[in-house]
Order: sequence, then C-alpha cells, then structure tokens
Amino acid sequence: MNGKKLDFDWKPIALVPLLALVALPLSGSFSTWLTLTVAGLAMGMIIFIIASGLTLIFGLMDVLNFGHGVFIALGAFVASSVLGLMSDWTGSQELWRNLLAVFPAMLVAMLVAGAVGLAFERFIVRPVYGQHLKQILITMGGMIIGEELIKVIWGPGQVPLPLPEALRGSLLLGDAAISKYRILAVVVGVVVFGLLAWTLGRTKIGLLIRAGVQDREMVESLGYRIGRLFVGVFVVGSALAGLGGVMWGLFQQNLVPQMGAQVNVLIFIVIIIGGLGSTAGALIGALLVGLMTNYTGFILPTATQFASIALMVAVLLWRPQGVYPVARR
Amino acid sequence: MSDALLSLEGVHTHIGAYHILHGVDLAVPRGQLTMLLGRNGAGKTTTLRTIMGLWHASKGSVRFGAHDLTAMHTPRIAELGIAYVPENMGIFSDLTVKENMLLAARAAKSAEAMDEARLEWIFRLFPAVQKFWNHPAGKLSGGQKQMLAVSRAIVEPRELLIVDEPSKGLAPAIINNMIEAFGELKRSGVTILLVEQNIFFAQRLGDSVAVMDNGRVVHSGSMADFSADEALQQSLLGLAL
Amino acid sequence: MLSRLLSNDLPRSRLLALLLAVLVLGLAFAPFIFPGVKALSVAAKILVFIVLVASFDLLLGYTGIVSFAQTMFFGIGAYGVAIAATRLGAGWGALAIGLGAALALSLVLSFAIGLFSLRVRAIFFAMITLAVASAFLTLASQLSDFTGGEDGLTFKMPALISPSFEFADEPFLGVSLDGRLLCYYLLFVVAVGLVLALLRIVNSPFGRVLQAIRENEFRAEAIGYRVVVYRTTASVLSALFATLAGAMLAVWLRYNGPDTSLSFEIMVDVLLIVVIGGMGTIYGAVVGAVLFVIAQSYLQDLLRIASEAVSGLPWLAALLSPDRWLLWLGLLFVLSVYYFPTGIVGRLRARASR
Repeated sequence: MNGKKLDFDWKPIALVPLLALVALPLSGSFSTWLTLTVAGLAMGMIIFIIASGLTLIFGLMDVLNFGHGVFIALGAFVASSVLGLMSDWTGSQELWRNLLAVFPAMLVAMLVAGAVGLAFERFIVRPVYGQHLKQILITMGGMIIGEELIKVIWGPGQVPLPLPEALRGSLLLGDAAISKYRILAVVVGVVVFGLLAWTLGRTKIGLLIRAGVQDREMVESLGYRIGRLFVGVFVVGSALAGLGGVMWGLFQQNLVPQMGAQVNVLIFIVIIIGGLGSTAGALIGALLVGLMTNYTGFILPTATQFASIALMVAVLLWRPQGVYPVARR
Repeated sequence: MSDALLSLEGVHTHIGAYHILHGVDLAVPRGQLTMLLGRNGAGKTTTLRTIMGLWHASKGSVRFGAHDLTAMHTPRIAELGIAYVPENMGIFSDLTVKENMLLAARAAKSAEAMDEARLEWIFRLFPAVQKFWNHPAGKLSGGQKQMLAVSRAIVEPRELLIVDEPSKGLAPAIINNMIEAFGELKRSGVTILLVEQNIFFAQRLGDSVAVMDNGRVVHSGSMADFSADEALQQSLLGLAL
Repeated sequence: MLSRLLSNDLPRSRLLALLLAVLVLGLAFAPFIFPGVKALSVAAKILVFIVLVASFDLLLGYTGIVSFAQTMFFGIGAYGVAIAATRLGAGWGALAIGLGAALALSLVLSFAIGLFSLRVRAIFFAMITLAVASAFLTLASQLSDFTGGEDGLTFKMPALISPSFEFADEPFLGVSLDGRLLCYYLLFVVAVGLVLALLRIVNSPFGRVLQAIRENEFRAEAIGYRVVVYRTTASVLSALFATLAGAMLAVWLRYNGPDTSLSFEIMVDVLLIVVIGGMGTIYGAVVGAVLFVIAQSYLQDLLRIASEAVSGLPWLAALLSPDRWLLWLGLLFVLSVYYFPTGIVGRLRARASR
C-alpha cells in the first residue's frame, strides 16, 4: 500500500464545530448550549434531506428548480392526512406503535411527492432544459400552482400535525433537555446521508451521477442514456423533499400551505453555501444554517433570517462557488 | 483496399449560425489507422463530434457499417462500438482512475467484474494507470490523463476508435509511448481514426490519410503516397512531413 | 417630435401604437370615462404597476439579470413615505424627506447587491435576492414600532391631494373636483415622466451596452466595457425607479403594510406582467400592467360567479373560488412562458414586420 496521503479539503467541515464553539460562551449555560446545538443539528439534518435532492438535480441536470418547495409542502400535508387516519396509533403511549404510524406516513408522503415530481419534470421542467431564465420563471409558476392546489385540497388555513404521544417531550441529560423528536430527526438524517453516500460512492449509478455532474457530454459519449438518469434523480430528489417536509411539519407541529416557499429560501441558502452539485457541501451548509438559526433564535430572535444570509455572504466571500464547488468541464 | 467501416458523405454541420463543415467526404477503411490532418480551424474536431452525434449534421450522411448515424443520439452511437477520446480528454477529475475506467467498462457492474486480462494489457501499455489506480484522476499530469483517456477507450473491445489529438502538449518521451500503444492497438485489429498535428504520429502509424481545409476533405489516399509527395504536403499543410 | 419624446423607440407596429394610444388616453381621462371610486383605484394601481414593472424590465429584459429583490425596493419607497408621513405629519416636506430617505437606502442596498452579483453566478444571484427579499419582509413585520408591523401604517397626505380638499363646489363632467383627482393626476404625470425617462435610458448608448452584455457578457468585456460598472448601474437605476413606484403607491393609498408592497405575490404579479407584456420592451410593462390589473380586479368577480354556479360540485367550486385567483394566474404564467415568450408587444411587432 502506498503511504501517500490523499489530501482532503477538511476546512469546510471544521466550520461546523467552529460555529458551535463560538456559540458556547454566548449561550449562557452549557445545558442551554447543548439543547440548542442538538436542536440545530436536527434542524440541519432535516434541511439536508430536502436540500440534497435539489443540489443533485442542479448539479446533474443544470436545472434550477425554484419550485422544490412544493414537494416539501406536499409531503407534509399528505403525512398529516395519513397520520390523521391513524390517530389511535399516534395517540398510543407505546413508541413502537407511534413509529409504525409515522414511518408509513413518511413512505406515503415520499411516494406522492415522487409521483408529482415525475409529472413536474415531464411537464414543467423538461420543455425548458438549458434555458435558465425560463426555468426560474416556470418552476416558480409551478410552485404557485402547487401551493394553490394544496389550498384547494386541504384548505387555505393551518393544519395541525401533532407529534405522536411517545415522541413528545424530552430526555434529560444532566441539566439539558433534549427533545426526543429531534434525536429521531438526527437519526433519520444520518441514515439518509449514509444511504446517499453509499449510493453515490459505491454503486455504478452513483458513479454515473457523479460523473454526469462534471461532464454530461462525456458520460453520453461513453454510451449512457443520461436522460433517464435525470428523471430518476429528479423523482428521488422530490421524494426526499417530501420526506423532509414531513419531518419539518412534525417539527413545527403546524402546517401552512406557504411552508414550501418559506423553506425554499433556507434551502437555497444551504446549497449556495455548499456549492451547487455537492452533497457533502449541502450537509455542511445545512448543519451550519440549522445551528445558526437556533443560536440566533435564542440570542437575537429578530435577526434569525438575516443571520443565515450573513453566513451565506461570509462563505461566498471566502469561496465564491460554495465550500465544495463541483469541478465542471 | 479494405472496405470502409465508417463513411461520411457530403456532411455539412452548422453550429448556431456558423457553417463549419461544407460537405465532408471521408472513408475510414476497416482495420487501418486513418490520419485526419489539417491546419487549425480546418474542421477536424467538428468532424469527429459530428460522427459521435454531439453535433448533428445538417446535410449529408454518416454511416457505420450497416447503421446510419446521422440523426442518432450519442449514447446509441457509443453502444454500437465506437469509442471517443475528445480533445480535452473528458477525464472526470473528481473520480478516481479506477472509477473512470469502470465507467467506461459498460458491461462491468463493479470494479471486480472488469476484464483482468484486458486490464493487464492496458497496465503494460500505460503503467501510470496502474500506479494511480486509486487516486483522483484530477491529480494526474497532462500526459497521464491522456493515457487514462486512451485506456478508457480500450477497456472493452470496440470496433472503432476516434481520437482527437492524443499527443497535444505531451513530452516527446510520452509521445513515443503513445505511438507504441496505438501501434499495438492497430495490430490487434481495431480501426482507428486519428486527428493529429504531430508529424511522427502521422508517418509511423498512418495507413491512410485525409487532409482537411476549410471544412472539406481536400485530399485522401494512402499514407505512403502522401509521405512521398513533399510538394503536396507543403501546399496542404504548410510543412513537410 | 413624438419620436424624440419616445427616444426613437417607436412602437413599430400600427396595432401596438393604436393600443398604446388608447391606453394612455384611457388613463389620462380615466376619472371622467370611468366614474366611481373603484375604477379610479384600479387606474391608480395601473399607473403604479406600470412604473414598477418597467423598472423590472430594465433589469430583466435589458440587462438580463433575474432579481427577486424588486419588491424590496418597492416596499422601501412605500415605507419611506409612510413612515415619514406618520412621524413628521402630512406635509410636502415630510413627503420629500421620506422619499429622499427611501431613495438613499435603495441606492446603497442596490449598489451593494449590484457589486456582489459579480462575484457569484447568475443563479446564485437570483437565489440570494430571493433570500434577502424574504428576510426584509420578515423584518418589516417584526419592527412594528417603526413600521406598524403586520397592521401597517395609515397616514395622511398633504391637503392638496387629500380627498377632503375640494377646489370647486360643482362637479365637472360628473366628477367632483377634489384632492383625490389631483392626486390621480399627480401620479399620472409622474408615471408618464418616469416611463419616458426609462425609454430614454434604454435607448441611450448605456442601454445598448446593457443589451450587448445581456447577449454575450464575455464578448462585451473583451471589447472593453466594464461589465461590473454597467450591471451595477442598471441595478441601481432599476431599484430607484421601483422605489419611486412604491412612493406613488403610498401616496395614493395613504396606507402601507407588509402585504401591500413587500409580498411575494406582488413579485409574482410583476413577473407575470413582464412576461405577458413582453420583456425588453418597456411598452410591454404598459400593456401588460393594464391588462393584468383590470383582469385581477374584475376577474375575481367572474370567478365568484362561476364558483357559485357550480356549487353543486364542491371540488370544482373550490378550484374556481375567487380566493384561488393565484392558481389561475400561475397557470397563465406557465403557459405564457412556454407559448408566449416574446409577450404581447413582441407578438405585435413580429406581425407588423412580416
């Protein structure tokens, strides 16, 4: 085995603990800091689940989907209906019963979001491949249509999405109260990241995606129909957004039809920080945004949205293409 | 005179508003190495890209064996057995050398499934490929990348190899390596269409030659005849081989 | 003389010229042709939107920059006037101060945004402006001491343009001659002035360079134009005009809140108008704004009727509900981008040149 070290760009990863450390003195107490940090990581994981799809779609297909938010909202609302049907399971105190209700809800949400994603790609995105301006306009239009259709089906007002009984409340770690649900969110996030990393790193399809992000033409010249891959990635990306929507909804315990548009902005900030096309970058961006939002939410509530923007500006001044820019031909 | 594996007839190609190819007629004989020569801007790269379907001919036809490639999509053209090494090499720099090769080996589902014997042969031709097997391809030097690009094209047997300036920017020692490799490939029966500006390549490897100028093939014939005719070389290329 | 006024940017289509003439005359004499409070409000809204959309067209249609921050500058203009009038009273001085402060703020912000845009790709820029605009909206709602929060600010305008001011006892041609009328004509004159100014800008050498940059930035830079400077200038100009439009809105409504000027819905409206009217034409803003505002105001009534007519089918009634106006807007928008990319003005000009 050669002893040559493969140099690896570790600086962006270091940003996450760095931010956490900076926030420690500002949080007042260690237990507060711990609660906030776990909350931030959990939020970050959920955002990552949603953003990962979008960054791959952009990286691979050069498609800017300003309407990604519609899948988030759709997933959340579908889950609310499914969970509504299973109220006796969610009302139970037993964890396994709760999980047996939540996981199918997530699955259905992902299926529906994926199916709508299929239609979205076919009818809204495909006709404008390669034309960025039109893509921005049309996908934005698609989101508006989606949001209105959600209002038609589920009504224009708030829809509650209460957490199942056993997932409520917190675990006590010394002085720190760590919400049970947030732990679940981190677990799910890690699982999703693991699956994505495995698929991208160890399977041939993952190889195709990574190569396609860099040089679509060459992949075609090697004999692969990348068009079909596009659709697949779009559908998976939409399904992931649906999953993220469910988790976000359970986070807020309350759904509004505009939630897609609201989360959209956060997602964009995340993938810009991460670098369009980079999954690892999306994870770092998401964790940073999650932590930032929670820290400022405690320290200086009015500045929360601006804090994330300031973070993005700071990152772009350091690396204008994001932390892990994808090398494009 | 062997039959033509690949033939272009009256091919015109437009890129946007620019009319680049003005009726290209080209025949690539089976089992031979055909050199495509010409000054910069003559349309050589455009011709190769048109064959691969990356740009579509607006007029004329491209035939490969019994297939009509003119309006076909690139992946299908590649599937028919044509391997393309573009001018910029098309290396995926974020992927390792192994992953680059695996991608090119369409039939292999994983790295272990790649043809061992074939890989041994490639490693013998281009030792650098084996040396940097697990390294990101972006870390390779220009010459090594070029070798990787050619290795990719031959990791599985193909009927036709289309190569665009493989020796560009390479050191002379590496160019010799390249020439030997192509020589072996030729002997193994692969048909090759090579665009090159390097003199030695042309002389040592070429069986047939086609010279392009202003989007047309202005001369074609055997390399032997072309090499003997200095006046023709001067007028077409501005230099003697 | 007319062509000098229009900076040599003639309609180039008889149908378009006719349409524009009708629209301009219609707006000029709106109080007399369409009596009633609602009609005048619609006309005023049209004037405001013409200026706002035209400012956006300068950025999108001529410079090729997609920015979602337009409503932010619109809001700054509106809030500038609103806050000044609330705190400094209903005088011309207050109005001037508010407008001045708003323009200054917009200048600084758009300058910063313009400079920043050149460090990042166009797509990044679009997303960043979206984020900034949305943050601004939240800010406006949160700083309620300053901005009136969700409820907004209600204020008075100088006496001359207030409804209570009457400068003649008898109505003229059925229209009472009061401050409201004067206010309308103030808006009209300002709108005409601003549109002509924009025409002057886009048809100047500066405007031509913008279009060159839009077509091929690399080449423009290679020829020697400093793209940075042009793009930033265009951003600033666009923002200033949007700010003025916001001020116009506040002056007319004598009220301003987050939803009135900063909402995402307004951004969508602007996008729709510029696409339907025709990008890169300025006239498109005029035609599009008129069509859109009239449709929006009166079509909701139509939807209401339709919805009641099909009340037997609840899902269809829900789809046709006037509250779901945005759904149909969105559909229209998507269809326009596909099938109508050059907009009305583009289509009319294409027909004329055939």
